[in-house]
Amino acid sequence: MLPQHLRTLAKVTGELTVEVSAATQRSVLDAVEEQYPMLCGTIRDHATKERRAFLRFFACQEDLSHESIDTPLPQEVAEGREPLLVIGAVAGG
Amino acid sequence: MSGVRVLVGTRKGAFVLTSDGKREEWKVEGPHFAGWEIYHMKASPVDPNRIYASQTSGWFGQVVQRSDDGGKTWNPVGNKFDYEGDAGTHQWYDGTPHPWEFKRAWHLEPSLSDPDTIFAGVEDAALFRSTDGGQNWQELPGLRKHGSGPHWQPGAGGMCLHTILLDPSDAKRMYIAISAAGAFRTDDGGETWKPINQGLRSEFIPDPTAEVGHCVHHIAMHPSRPGTLFMQKHWDVMRSDNAGDHWTEVSGNLPTDFGFVIDVHAHEPETIYVVPIKSDGEHFPLDGKLQVYRSRSGGHEWEPLTKGLPQENCYVNVLRDAMAVDSLDKCGIYFGTTGGQVYASSDAGDSWKPIVRDLPAVLSVEVQTLP
Repeated sequence: MLPQHLRTLAKVTGELTVEVSAATQRSVLDAVEEQYPMLCGTIRDHATKERRAFLRFFACQEDLSHESIDTPLPQEVAEGREPLLVIGAVAGG
Repeated sequence: MSGVRVLVGTRKGAFVLTSDGKREEWKVEGPHFAGWEIYHMKASPVDPNRIYASQTSGWFGQVVQRSDDGGKTWNPVGNKFDYEGDAGTHQWYDGTPHPWEFKRAWHLEPSLSDPDTIFAGVEDAALFRSTDGGQNWQELPGLRKHGSGPHWQPGAGGMCLHTILLDPSDAKRMYIAISAAGAFRTDDGGETWKPINQGLRSEFIPDPTAEVGHCVHHIAMHPSRPGTLFMQKHWDVMRSDNAGDHWTEVSGNLPTDFGFVIDVHAHEPETIYVVPIKSDGEHFPLDGKLQVYRSRSGGHEWEPLTKGLPQENCYVNVLRDAMAVDSLDKCGIYFGTTGGQVYASSDAGDSWKPIVRDLPAVLSVEVQTLP
């Protein structure tokens, strides 16, 4: 699930679904960016693949933001029963 | 009948304002890209339906949008701005070395001859070019690496390349300006660059007449006289009649020579406009009175233009890319404020009306004169 601004940019509504063989942050985001190239650079850095500073990754009520991008995602996410949430920091202005 | 399209970038989206040649009734469309900062929008001079927009966000970074139908629909194009080679360092605010980091595109300047070619001025300061309609961007590294780059230092707004002027008489000549490094010129299509800051004097830097380090806010040029440049510096309004090789101050009788915007009348190359701002510590008009100042003599002698502008309790700013002119007769002048107003004059500045009053803070204004 993406923040609303990125759903608008990608011209999608609701959750995105991508097929990956081994579900990790890297493989999921690679697949998302391949399917929606306009999202390249908006969730993670083009070159380093580091998460943008004001975004966090959550799944199954856990903060995965500081996990290695190659750590397997929770089984529920891999099986499509729970979403990987990309959350923008709440800030005013 | 001819018409006008005004492209307005704001803190929270883009707006497109249109009118016929009378410029009395306006249609306001937007926001496009709602919630994002739109630093700049500009159309190709050879294809008026081709418009580029720089869309940025502290959360999501840089996006470049392109419209091929005059702003009705938009599609994101490339947003990968990689510095060429080892990026190296510039100076941080405290004088220590700081790595060059891309933050956003401040200014998009479409080519005068090819709708697919466009230049982007970015923060941290560098010049990029796309030759495929914005899909792919390559740095012109000669600017950043010409020698003084490691000594450049950001201004309060960031180390941004905010002005790009293309010489209509010489495809190889281009001018750019950086806060707070100064102005630079290339005569070979961007391969090599030279600082063009001689004659500038900035009391707030260690060497007030240094080759680089001047906080240039904006530069304007009339296409019929591409060797004559007008500059609004942090303080001082300047002009050069030799392509920037030397500058002289033309602030004259301005009540304050601090400001951000400067522009030139479409048909009178010695008629120029500025919006004086009280000071670098108080970014609003003097005495709460919003006044455009016009010089019909290329500087030195200035007259206030106030008819239709608020003359009390006005404490907005007018940012560096937020003034533009149309090429109708009489020349139209447009500017946007941080209070969200876009003011227009259809009589070369003699009188003003707001086109729209309550947009988000305006970052940039560009104008297209349509056939």
